[in-house]
Amino acid sequence: MTKVHVDMNLCQSHGECTYVAPEIFELGDDDVLRWKEEVDPSLREKAQEAADVCPMLAIRVED
Amino acid sequence: MPRPVVIAGASLAGLRAAQALRNAGHEGPVVVVGDEEHLPYTRPPLSKELLAGAQEPAQCALPSDRVPDVEWRLGVTATGLDPVARELIMGDERLGYDKLIVATGARPRHWPGDPIELDGVHTLRSVDDALALRADFEGSPRLAVVGAGFIGCEVAATARKRGLDVTLIDVAPQPVPALGEDVGERVAELHRAHGVDLRLAAGVDGFEGHGRLEAVRLADGTRVPADVAVIALGAIPNTDWLVESGLELQPGVVCDATLAARDAEHVFAAGDAAAWPHPMADGGVIRIEHWTNAAEQGAHAARNLLAAPADRVPYEAVPYFWTDQYDLKIQSVGLPARAERTTVLEQDGERLVLGGERGGRLIAAIAFNAPRRLPFYRRRLAEMPLLEDVVAAVRADEKALAA
Repeated sequence: MTKVHVDMNLCQSHGECTYVAPEIFELGDDDVLRWKEEVDPSLREKAQEAADVCPMLAIRVED
Repeated sequence: MPRPVVIAGASLAGLRAAQALRNAGHEGPVVVVGDEEHLPYTRPPLSKELLAGAQEPAQCALPSDRVPDVEWRLGVTATGLDPVARELIMGDERLGYDKLIVATGARPRHWPGDPIELDGVHTLRSVDDALALRADFEGSPRLAVVGAGFIGCEVAATARKRGLDVTLIDVAPQPVPALGEDVGERVAELHRAHGVDLRLAAGVDGFEGHGRLEAVRLADGTRVPADVAVIALGAIPNTDWLVESGLELQPGVVCDATLAARDAEHVFAAGDAAAWPHPMADGGVIRIEHWTNAAEQGAHAARNLLAAPADRVPYEAVPYFWTDQYDLKIQSVGLPARAERTTVLEQDGERLVLGGERGGRLIAAIAFNAPRRLPFYRRRLAEMPLLEDVVAAVRADEKALAA
C-alpha cells in the first residue's frame, strides 16, 4: 500500500488536494482535512499530484 | 557530453521543472541557474509566518534534495540569451543548452520617484528581504505600508498581530483592487476592525527623514509618521535580460498555449515570467504571479519540453491563489481581474463565496473562509457557465453555505 502523510500542523485547509485527488482527500463540514492514510498503489500518482499542489507542503507520499 | 537542459530561475517553478524532468525519466544533464544564494524556498510564508517570527528560513526550504542529479548554479544572474547559438549568457560566461526554461520570476516594483536613501524602507520578495524587515519590526516601530495589494495587506496584518501601529496607504479607493469593489470593501473593513489606519485614494508624495525614515508624505500634504515603510507596489517580471534576445516580451515571455516561447522553439517559460494564451481570456495572453501557477507551470513546461511538438499539451488550469489576513483566508479560482462585477453566491455569516462575472458568465469565484466550497466552482469555471446557471446549481446544492 502507498502511505499518505499529512502534517496537520502545516495544513491550512486550502483544499487543493481535495480537488486533484478527491478519492483520498476531503474537507469536512468543519473545513478540516480528512484523508486515507493508506491507499492502493494505483493512486500513488494522484497522491503525489496532491502533494505537489499543496501550498503548505504538508503532504508526503511513501511507498 | 550532451548539452544540458538549462533552467534559468531557482525558485518554485525552476525546481518543479527540474523535478518533472527527472520524474519523466530525462537522463541528460540539468543545470539550474539562480540569482539568489539560496536553494529554492517557498515564498508565501515570507509576508506571514516568517515575518511574524513563527517560522524560520529552514522551514521555507523546498525539497530540492529530492530531485536527483541537478547542478545548482546559485548566486549567478542570467544577463542575456543567444537563441541561435542556444547559449545562456551570465556576465562573461556562456552556457550552451539543448533546451531552456525561463523561470526567472519577478521582482518588486520599486518606488517610481527618486531613489529613497533612508534606512527603514523595504520591499519584500526574498527571504533576505523578509528577515531584514522582521529585524526592523523589533522595538515596535510605526509602520507605513505603501500599496494595499496582497503583499501590502498581508504585511499590514502580520504587523498588527505583532502589535505595531500600521498605516496602510493606497492610491486606489480600496485595497486588493484585483478582486473588485465588494471584496475590497470587505478587506478594508477587516483592516479597520484590526486597528489599521487606512488611507485610501491617497497618493504618496515622498519619504522624509534624516538617515532614517521619519514620515511618509501624502499627496495632500499629510505627514504619516513612520519608522519603517514597506513599498508594496506589485511586481515586475524578470525578463529584462531577454530584451535583446529577440523573444517577444509582454512583459512576460510570450508563449504559445503549451508554454513554448513563440519566437524560439527551444525555449519554454513558466511562472511569473511567462505570458501565455489562456482559454478563459478570449485568446489573449495572461500572466499570473501566484504560487500554484508557478508550481504547475514549471512541471508542465518541463513535460512539454521533453515531448515532440505534436504531443505537447496546452496549459489550461484554472488559476488559484489565496491570501491570509488575520483570521480570514481569501481563496480565488478563475480570473477575478477580468470580472466586470462580483455578487455574493452563497453566505453563512462571515463565510461566503462571491462570483466574478464577465458578459453574464462566471469567470471567477472568491471564497471567504469557505475552502470546502471551492471545488464546486473550480469544476465549472473552465466552461465559463452562465451566472444564472451557477446560481441555480448553488441553490440545488445541499452542501452550499447556509443551504
